Amino acid sequence: MSDLAAGTTGRGALDDLAALDASAARDTRAWRRWLRNPNSLIGGVIVLLVVASALTSLFWTPYNPLAVDPAHALAGPSLHHLLGTDEYGRDVFSRLMASSQIALFVGALSVLIATVIGIPAGLLAAQRPGAIGQVVLRLADILYGFPALLAAIVLAAAFGASKTTVVLAIGISYIPVFIRVTRSNALVVLNSEYVLAARAYGRRPLAILRRHVVPNIATTIIAQMSLLFSLTVLAEAALDFLGLGTAAPAASWGTMLQSSQNYLGNDALLTVWPSLAIVICVLGFSLLGDGIGELRDARSRH
Amino acid sequence: MLVALWGASLLVFVVLNVLPGSPAQVILGTQATPQSVRQLTIQLGLNKSLVRQYLDWIGGLVHGDLGVSYISHLSIGSQIAQALSVTGPLVLFALVIGLAIGLPLGFAGALRNGRFSGSLIGGLSQIGMAVPSVVAGLILIIVLTVKLHVFPTSGFPGWSDPLQALRALVLPAFSLGLVEGAILSRYVRASILEQLRSDYLRTARSKGLRVGQALRRHGFRNAAIPLVTVLGLELASLVVGAIVVENVFALPGLGLLLLDSVNNRDLITVQDTAMLVAGTVLVLNLLVDLSYRLLDPRLKGSS
Repeated sequence: MSDLAAGTTGRGALDDLAALDASAARDTRAWRRWLRNPNSLIGGVIVLLVVASALTSLFWTPYNPLAVDPAHALAGPSLHHLLGTDEYGRDVFSRLMASSQIALFVGALSVLIATVIGIPAGLLAAQRPGAIGQVVLRLADILYGFPALLAAIVLAAAFGASKTTVVLAIGISYIPVFIRVTRSNALVVLNSEYVLAARAYGRRPLAILRRHVVPNIATTIIAQMSLLFSLTVLAEAALDFLGLGTAAPAASWGTMLQSSQNYLGNDALLTVWPSLAIVICVLGFSLLGDGIGELRDARSRH
Repeated sequence: MLVALWGASLLVFVVLNVLPGSPAQVILGTQATPQSVRQLTIQLGLNKSLVRQYLDWIGGLVHGDLGVSYISHLSIGSQIAQALSVTGPLVLFALVIGLAIGLPLGFAGALRNGRFSGSLIGGLSQIGMAVPSVVAGLILIIVLTVKLHVFPTSGFPGWSDPLQALRALVLPAFSLGLVEGAILSRYVRASILEQLRSDYLRTARSKGLRVGQALRRHGFRNAAIPLVTVLGLELASLVVGAIVVENVFALPGLGLLLLDSVNNRDLITVQDTAMLVAGTVLVLNLLVDLSYRLLDPRLKGSS
């Protein structure tokens, strides 16, 4: 009886030890480290700005991004129209703001699809390295043949181009990335001695995943999510540019680029604004991802 | 590998054929009589079961017979060959540019790590990675074509005049290559840095070799292993990136062929071309795996 009791406390203590380095993430010093790392600082500020602009555009933009005003078409930047107007007289700044909504929407949903399928599949492949794991990896191999752009083209050919096909295409094409990242990081944890100990005293596989693996790989996964978010912004812009996603007249950075093509000679600024928006947004998410990765590395060195 | 290719073909086929709509109806338009629609359906072999259609398609692919376009009635094989004569050179050209930018930048970034110039290079490549090739292409057109009149805007004159043809590929190749170069430089830098910090390089330095010599004798081969991976993946992403850039510059390559067939609902052409691109990406992945083992003898024997 006393043996049993000792066993349970021992089990708890071991788990606590293993969970220690996961809880370090919640340390108050984390914020200070966050602010001191240039990547996570700049990336975080940019991401906040993009999110703020998207949220603001939900209820307020300087002009209606769809309002046509032929009398003021192709106007240069002025106090009335901060960044000028496009060929229909629509306010470019308002359209940029409205576009950030679509970029974040597509990015969030496609990263969600990729993680919801990719992470559990990756954990499964790590936990069951035998036949099941091999099947998961082979399926991932097949999906590797379909980068976002190609997947979007195939889906658009079958179902007609829309925002949905874009989200699906980007999401599906990033599933194998999450499978690989999750699996390789989970394997490291699963081969560690504390997991061996947890196995030895009879913890079930699911409990091991929940208590040891997930907390320890969470930061890596989050860093990867931020990096992939930046890639979704790139992919979405390219797809909209090709006419495979958001359709006119709705504003998105890609469709703005597409229509700016006709004015490269006279109104190069129409190309410059959405370009800048894309580059800044992508930069923000990739810096944030890099920053999170660096913070994790710094922590694991301590 | 064959399994992956087979799986990919199944995926393409199923996605493109799940919808109940009749391609014959699409081709003939709404005015067509049910009779003529049925006739065309039989002529195209679309009345057979899906399994049979799939097997016919795969059998054709294996024998190099890609079928005939529903819309233009041209042989898809020759259309793809034509498109490849543009996309192939474009991708190689872009790869050369990417290497020419990425390798020296990565080296410089690693050797100057911790100094201002090193951070500058790091920052530049970070920004370069955030530039989509569409944007690079449009900006290059604005500066070099519209303002300075150095290059033709768009279109492709054909290979009968190789010099003009290459000239038409310069800007598209740069729009792809600049971005890939930025990505590549980050990997080169990381890889060289790792070598510089390794024990054996410290040993090499301590026996009197200079950094450059030590790297050349010991570091390169080791640094090359991760780089080969990246290079293969880069090549794959160039093939896909070409789809976009060809549309910016109106180059009649695989990308334009793909998008035109999507817009015309020429599903069989989409099916063939998409399969070709997916197959290329998968084969490149395989080559990466194989070369990995070739370069790193430690991995020999492990599967």
